[in-house]
Amino acid sequence: MLVNKSKRALTVMAGMTALLGATGAAADYALNLTPGVTPISHEAHTLHMLILKVCFGIGIVVFGTMFISILRHRKSRGVQPAQFHESTAVEIVWTIVPFLILVGMAIPATKALVAMEDTSDADLSIKVTAYQWRWGYDYVDNGVSFISSLSTPKDQIYNKAAKDENYLLEVDNPVVVPVNKKVRLLITSNDVIHAWWVPKLGMKKDAIPGYINEMWFKIEEAGTYRGQCAELCGKDHGFMPIVVVAKSEADYAQWVADQKGAAVADQQAAQRTWGKDELMARGEKVYSSTCAACHQANGEGVPGAFPSLKGGAIATGPVAAHLSRVMNGKPGTAMAAFAGQLSDTDLAAVVTYERNAWGNNTGDLVQPSDVKAAR
Amino acid sequence: MSTATTHDTHHEEHPRGLMRWITTTNHKDIGTLYLLFSLMMFMVGGAMAMVIRAELFEPGLQFVEPQFFNSMTTMHALVMIFGAVMPAFVGLANWLIPMMIGGPDMALPRMNNWSFWILPFAFAILLSTLFMDGGAPAGGWTMYPPLVLQTGNAFPFLIFSVHLMGISSIMGAINVIVTIVNMRAPGMTMMKMPLFVWTWLITAYLLIATMPVLAGAVTMLLTDRFFDTSFFNAAGGGDPVMFQHIFWFFGHPEVYILILPAFGIVSQIIPTFARKPLFGYSSMVYATASIAFLSFIVWAHHMFTVGMPLTGELFFMYATMLIAVPTGVKVFNWVSTMWRGSMTFETPMLFALGFVIMFTIGGFSGLMLAMAPVDFQYHDTYFVVAHFHYVLVTGAVYAIMGAAYYWMPKWTGHMYNEKLGKLHFWLSTISVNVLFFPQHFLGLAGMPRRIPDYSVQFAGFNEISSIGGFAFGLTQLLFVYIVYRTIKGGEKATDQVWEGAHGLEWTLPSPPPYHSFSTAPEVK
Repeated sequence: MLVNKSKRALTVMAGMTALLGATGAAADYALNLTPGVTPISHEAHTLHMLILKVCFGIGIVVFGTMFISILRHRKSRGVQPAQFHESTAVEIVWTIVPFLILVGMAIPATKALVAMEDTSDADLSIKVTAYQWRWGYDYVDNGVSFISSLSTPKDQIYNKAAKDENYLLEVDNPVVVPVNKKVRLLITSNDVIHAWWVPKLGMKKDAIPGYINEMWFKIEEAGTYRGQCAELCGKDHGFMPIVVVAKSEADYAQWVADQKGAAVADQQAAQRTWGKDELMARGEKVYSSTCAACHQANGEGVPGAFPSLKGGAIATGPVAAHLSRVMNGKPGTAMAAFAGQLSDTDLAAVVTYERNAWGNNTGDLVQPSDVKAAR
Repeated sequence: MSTATTHDTHHEEHPRGLMRWITTTNHKDIGTLYLLFSLMMFMVGGAMAMVIRAELFEPGLQFVEPQFFNSMTTMHALVMIFGAVMPAFVGLANWLIPMMIGGPDMALPRMNNWSFWILPFAFAILLSTLFMDGGAPAGGWTMYPPLVLQTGNAFPFLIFSVHLMGISSIMGAINVIVTIVNMRAPGMTMMKMPLFVWTWLITAYLLIATMPVLAGAVTMLLTDRFFDTSFFNAAGGGDPVMFQHIFWFFGHPEVYILILPAFGIVSQIIPTFARKPLFGYSSMVYATASIAFLSFIVWAHHMFTVGMPLTGELFFMYATMLIAVPTGVKVFNWVSTMWRGSMTFETPMLFALGFVIMFTIGGFSGLMLAMAPVDFQYHDTYFVVAHFHYVLVTGAVYAIMGAAYYWMPKWTGHMYNEKLGKLHFWLSTISVNVLFFPQHFLGLAGMPRRIPDYSVQFAGFNEISSIGGFAFGLTQLLFVYIVYRTIKGGEKATDQVWEGAHGLEWTLPSPPPYHSFSTAPEVK
């Protein structure tokens, strides 16, 4: 009876799955861990398959015995119960055999772990700094440095626009690395604990304030690999993806050169005096990627949690105090210090934007040179 | 009128109505209060789970904002762990331990009353934070700093409610230990005690050992926030990872606090319906004790990704894998108890069998999670969510429901409706697997836990999981109805209730007298 019922249950489940499969358009029904694209992820996958098989094996023996018992040893078949209740020999066997199985699994696991934790002899080191809710990358070897934020438009999140293929897994500035090079990440955090994880790379590591954690990967094939923050880090924990682009060595060198060129152009731009329109345009961009998560796109914040900038005391008060708040943050709150995250031009633009958007019309312009002077 | 009767009426004099419940020092009344409180919290925590599953039904934000979503996951966990599962076990301990060991009541009845009545206040405080500025706690039930320090006005209320829950648990645990050690009937030696009593004795020691650790950890959070200490603040020379070590030193034994009494319950139910003595009684006791001991030296397996040294990771991996041995012994013993028995499948037995199968599935994923090199992939994904819901819902909660069906006829004097009970079991079992099994796949495909929205590739299994969730939630209303019907009336239960039942509680009338054993029974 029990078996019949569970069969029926399975049929119902299968039916439901099929029905839903027909409706879920872009969903894929992946069942298992993928082997990934790094030596580490291959090892993790191999181990995963090994344990999975061991568990299936034990499961078949234990549940099989149980089901035979359920089918045969039932009162309705007129069975008289046996009265045995111990057997030292059997009990010793089923203590020792599982122990040996565990030893058999611990040996490859230990080997894999030793390999994964070996971050020595890296070809390239990137410092990863987590912020609520974006990632900062500093290439230790060549000075390239940028912030990487979610690029999915709000309209897609709030179901006002169709979701594209990489919904929530797309960023403005991906991390670019060369293939077949050992890349070491030095991971830390500026505020709360986050975790850097790209499933296909086979490793995740927490980003913890006050710590510099290490992990490494060596990507075997060029491509784009996507992941997410994996440690609850507040409101927008679900909205701080990671995108890694692996390129051939030549393409990577070209990318580094481009980044350096852009950085030089940015520095030159910070020397000149900016007009209001260009400050506002750039400010809006910076605001929406950096500030809008808390203070909202309309500047009204969230009552009780994040103050309103629209007509706010700071955004319409003295310029110096406003700039200082943005650069230095407010300790003990979610308001971070952005001096280290944003360039002089971006800071000037975003403060100008906040002082003139949403009817704040203070008319104040903040120049990159003002920010430089305030540093 | 004989002196004996006068004596009895004197004892029966206690306040009626509401005052009876507020002032009661009777183990059965307090057990009932605990169980009903737990059922209420199960519904409250369940409602929060429904909000979570509704938001995750499809990608995009539909019903709630991310901050409130995080509050829901945080509160769901706190309410279910401290409000539903733990009080349910304390309620069962109150009802059953005195009856099982042949005592009249719990050893410390006034403290018993207090330990219960703290709980409604603790949860009133916790739930009131839902209406505070800045919202309810949203940093996860694990309360990791620095994130938890960003909580709004709710923060001190969170800390104090956790303190209250801890005080309540410690008092409950002291009561259990004192009762078991002192109140056993003559002849009831330790190695004759029913396994439910044994598992609770060990659980009580775990509670006393770890609850103060949690209290210390959250007190340090409190002073970090309000008194400028820097226990966990890196900028002040403190260490955020230290909190995780302290928390999980409490937290890992805590997960065994949530499962050991369940082992005890299942070890009572299976022999009854197999009509055969429990296989390997003493190895069950030793296995429980080993699990309890090991639970103190495995805590950092929750923290494989924090950047521990290799040797640390290896130690915690080996120690964790070792737990599979005593746990395996338990499962093998249950299966051997069934082997060549003469089984019937009333509702309590169905829940016990469901427990053995699905808890073992949770055990398998637990073993997988123990392997540090692969845990780097599983950690903080839905694979973990699936794992702990298999051990907690189809483990702990299934055992509690099995216990409710098993002993309800004894408690109320009425049989529950067997057809409805079986319906409840089958609907729950189908829906709970539709709910949690696909979450394994989501985790392996790379979906992190505690996120309000997800990329489109995860849409299919989330939809299935949500449907299972709604079905499971609705099914539990049936359970409430069955309990209500059984309390109100039903077929008269016999004293022994179940044909194969053994143990002192079955020698008492159904329902049992106000004071369980006024004269100690004889135990052979």
